[in-house]
Amino acid sequence: MSKEFSGYRGEVLEAIRKAEVEIGNLIQISRDGESYEGILIPRSEYGDQKHIVIKLKNGYNIGVRITKNTKIRKIGKGAKPAFAPPPRPKQRENLPKVTILSTGGTIASRVDYRTGGVRPALTASDLYSVVPELAEVAVIDAQILFSLFSENITPKHWAEVAKAVAEQISKGVEGVVIAHGTDTLGYTAAALSFALQNLPVPVILVGSQRSADRPSSDAATNLIGAVTAAAYAPFAEVAVAMHETPSDTAIAIHRGTKVRKCHTSRRDAFKSVNTTSIARVQDQKLIMLTDDYRKRNSASKLVLKPKFDEKVALIKFYPGIKPQLIDWYVEQGFKGLVIEGTGLGHVGRDCFEPIRKAVEHDVLVAVTSQCIWGRVNMNVYDSGRDLLNLGAIPLEDILPETALVKLMWVQGQTHNLEEAKRLLIANIAGEFSPRTLAEGTELI
Amino acid sequence: MAEIDYGKLGLKVGLEIHQQLDTSTKLFCNCKPQLFKGEPEITFLRRLRPTQSELGQVDPAAYFEFQKGVKILYESSNMAACLVEMDEEPPHALNMEAVETALTAALMMNSKPVDEIHVMRKTVIDGSNTTGFQRTCVIALNGEVKVGEKTIPIQHLSLEEDAARKTGEEDNKARYRIDRLGIPLIEVATAPVITSPKEAEVAAYTIGRILRATGRVMRGLGTIRQDVNISISGGALIEIKGVQELETVNLVVENEVQRQLNLIEICEELKKKGVKEEELQEQFLEVTNVFRETKCKVIRKALEKKNVVMAVKLPKFRDVLKRELLPNLRLGTEMADRARFWGKVGGIFHTDEMPAYGVTEEEVNLLRKAVDAEESDAAVFVADSHENCRDALVAVVERAREAICGVPEETRAANPDGTSRYMRPRPGAARMYPETDIPPVQVSEELIARICSCLPESSEKKLERLMREFKLNLKLAGQVIDSEYGGLFDVLVRESGVSPTVVAAFLTETLKSLKREGVDVDAVRELQIRDVFRRVGSGELSKEALADVFVWLSRNEGKGVDEAVESLGLKAVSDGELRTLIDRVVAENSRLVEEKGEGSFGPLMGIVMRDLRGKVDAGKVSRLLKERLSKRG
Ligand SMILES: [Zn+2]
Repeated sequence: MSKEFSGYRGEVLEAIRKAEVEIGNLIQISRDGESYEGILIPRSEYGDQKHIVIKLKNGYNIGVRITKNTKIRKIGKGAKPAFAPPPRPKQRENLPKVTILSTGGTIASRVDYRTGGVRPALTASDLYSVVPELAEVAVIDAQILFSLFSENITPKHWAEVAKAVAEQISKGVEGVVIAHGTDTLGYTAAALSFALQNLPVPVILVGSQRSADRPSSDAATNLIGAVTAAAYAPFAEVAVAMHETPSDTAIAIHRGTKVRKCHTSRRDAFKSVNTTSIARVQDQKLIMLTDDYRKRNSASKLVLKPKFDEKVALIKFYPGIKPQLIDWYVEQGFKGLVIEGTGLGHVGRDCFEPIRKAVEHDVLVAVTSQCIWGRVNMNVYDSGRDLLNLGAIPLEDILPETALVKLMWVQGQTHNLEEAKRLLIANIAGEFSPRTLAEGTELI
Repeated sequence: MAEIDYGKLGLKVGLEIHQQLDTSTKLFCNCKPQLFKGEPEITFLRRLRPTQSELGQVDPAAYFEFQKGVKILYESSNMAACLVEMDEEPPHALNMEAVETALTAALMMNSKPVDEIHVMRKTVIDGSNTTGFQRTCVIALNGEVKVGEKTIPIQHLSLEEDAARKTGEEDNKARYRIDRLGIPLIEVATAPVITSPKEAEVAAYTIGRILRATGRVMRGLGTIRQDVNISISGGALIEIKGVQELETVNLVVENEVQRQLNLIEICEELKKKGVKEEELQEQFLEVTNVFRETKCKVIRKALEKKNVVMAVKLPKFRDVLKRELLPNLRLGTEMADRARFWGKVGGIFHTDEMPAYGVTEEEVNLLRKAVDAEESDAAVFVADSHENCRDALVAVVERAREAICGVPEETRAANPDGTSRYMRPRPGAARMYPETDIPPVQVSEELIARICSCLPESSEKKLERLMREFKLNLKLAGQVIDSEYGGLFDVLVRESGVSPTVVAAFLTETLKSLKREGVDVDAVRELQIRDVFRRVGSGELSKEALADVFVWLSRNEGKGVDEAVESLGLKAVSDGELRTLIDRVVAENSRLVEEKGEGSFGPLMGIVMRDLRGKVDAGKVSRLLKERLSKRG
């Protein structure tokens, strides 16, 4: 029995070994006159070391405590499940080609009911059988890039994804969909927005807030929305497709640089900040919500700029922050700092000196706001004006996370300070909106 | 009807009893377990996708519903549900108050608590659960209850979340209210060893008594629900879901046995007629033209919506469709139920019931001709969209084929009158997988010992005590124990000092008859009941006024006992006021008093009480009146 998958450790593992039983075996556990029969189930790694989990005949799992008096006996091999996925739907002819790249997360998966584990379903054929509607939308090719929880994705992975997208585009697909865990999906979307320039076709990131093993999962609806956008959208930008509301009716398409995960668990966790979403997919159709987008054009020649420099940090200002924190980054050779200031873009007086030193060391110091919504304006109060005088660069209404990603990208593109400054304030992928509208606000 | 020998029929019944718990919060979140009335504050629309079962298969009924594009409209209110019920937030940890209540009930049934509780997901994708599964966990195994001399094994006792309640269905859209979702339910499953309707009822009552003894159960309609599994030899295993009243359990069993016997009889007749399954073909004909000028409202409406009428012939089925299985339930009804489920149609017509519903003899003849039906054949027709008609008729033909084989296995839903209707095909093997969002809960020996040390009094002991301590007779004591309000009895007697017999009679007979009269008894809160009884005990209210106050409170939810007393004109009359009234009545009837002396008591008592009824205890009036008459002069 392989230790990794069983989850059992210590004395319990010893008892299982001694009884020569394996996961999936039908076993009998007896102790002090009580006796339980069931199939041996793996244990969560977080469980204690005193219980064995079995699946009873009625389908329920229970944990049985193992003591010195416990006897474990194998009474049968247990049946292996035979998967019989529903028949693959008929592929409609002449549909656009879309590639789905998976980085992890479970956009489509099925449960191993014997063990309760979730297995990703990531071949095109698996996807068709789990989400048959896809066959009506596009001709799908599916590839696994990596299988990572999104919190383990780093700027190196962004570069790899960007290269993989470029490769698919060079093969002539009509659009690329990237399945991604939701936690850092916004960062990756921003990163790809800068790394993939002059796009000929849309690149759509998609995730799910409810895992795909449950009937209520948002995964399938989001995926159908993403593939629809990739195949038919008139824009050629990096965007994110997720539920617009808690209902399964509409999928919102957000610009990659303006989107943020704003809720830990809701289906509509992703919001476009300081702008509206660019499109909506409803009833299998994509409706544009803005005129301001980069048009799809198969003649466009993709420019790939996948380099990111990780010596950049995001610092959130808070009352009582120790200014030495900023000194430390400078000492460690960081080249850029994004400061998430308060309100219109402020930090406490104590931070001025370290910021001055940082600028002196040619560290790019950019300022965004921790309010999330709204634009920084450092001309209104003394504190802002002082920061400007120290050489901090205000970054308009950009998201702090997008600012961080952009600064990493900028530092990956050039070592010339002036060129870096120029890139930092240039609107490269819609990360700044020149106007902030009152939309989405109840005015009375 | 001759007495039925259920033993000979091989009757086997198993019960699954579900009881809502009155815990302070729901099973997996901090919402109060309460329902809301009126318009929902929040609505949202979802679809549920069938996932594969543990055998790798997709449930055909679920897949079918999904392909039909069935959507679910959920209704919610901030007071009754949070993001957890909306499936917009992961569940919180298992509610330990509910676990302890379940363990209490389990120990009272001699069940063995499990060492570690694992919450499972049971796939249910009709929309009644926003997640597409019901969370459930086994708390204890292998218990037993005594029913007379017989021991009935309790296979398991589980704790599960209640489902959302259905509030409607329209055009491929089911409506559910999620206030009920997440209320803790105890499920008690007996082994299928019950052998008569009466025994089923007694077993249900016995389990109900134990659950109520925990003191933590909800009361009111729908707070206890039974699923009943019934089979007879030569019949089939039928699960009837959602029996709401304990007293109808025996009727449900009797009716199901009768239904199965009639189906077996029909099957034998059809065999005698030589009907073969392959003769029943899915040949559907569009017969819209027959009904172009029809007077039948249903069909006319359908045609106005550009729908069609389609028909199928059922060879040799003439007079079989109208065969009664139970009062108001014919084989034709069973076909209609299937057609409604699979075809989403409003209903079906069949030639056995024609001419009727505005369909003329002539139309029937044309229809018979159109489907080429001979004298001995029946025909079924339905008006709806082409696709729905097809699906409905496929279901009709399927049901006809099953009639040749006997009783089809299916899951049925209980009707309030003790009959049942088709609900869905029987689900395959239990579709359960672990709820990975909730950590397992260890049941320690210390916890068990603590619960064991303060187990509630068993119903046998309570019965004996009620008779001994309060001098209730056996019947009344039994009624108190079986009453949903039985738990209040001790408190009311102790708090109010009202006679135990009066309290017992009120909690059982009076409440029952009020319920029968349509009074919403559940609307009166426990604290109000206690308040009313305290006032009776102190003489502020007479016991005659109990029922009136109760009815007033049930109709004026949210208002208090003071308002009830005021509004009903039951404001207490002081002794002084009473004496003044008596003086006045004596003066007004001075001739009568002079003539009859103390013999005028009867008529005078009548007059005084007419003015006072309900406000003052009759005993007190009688005492003061007698006093007055003896002192006259
Ligand atoms: Zn809640």
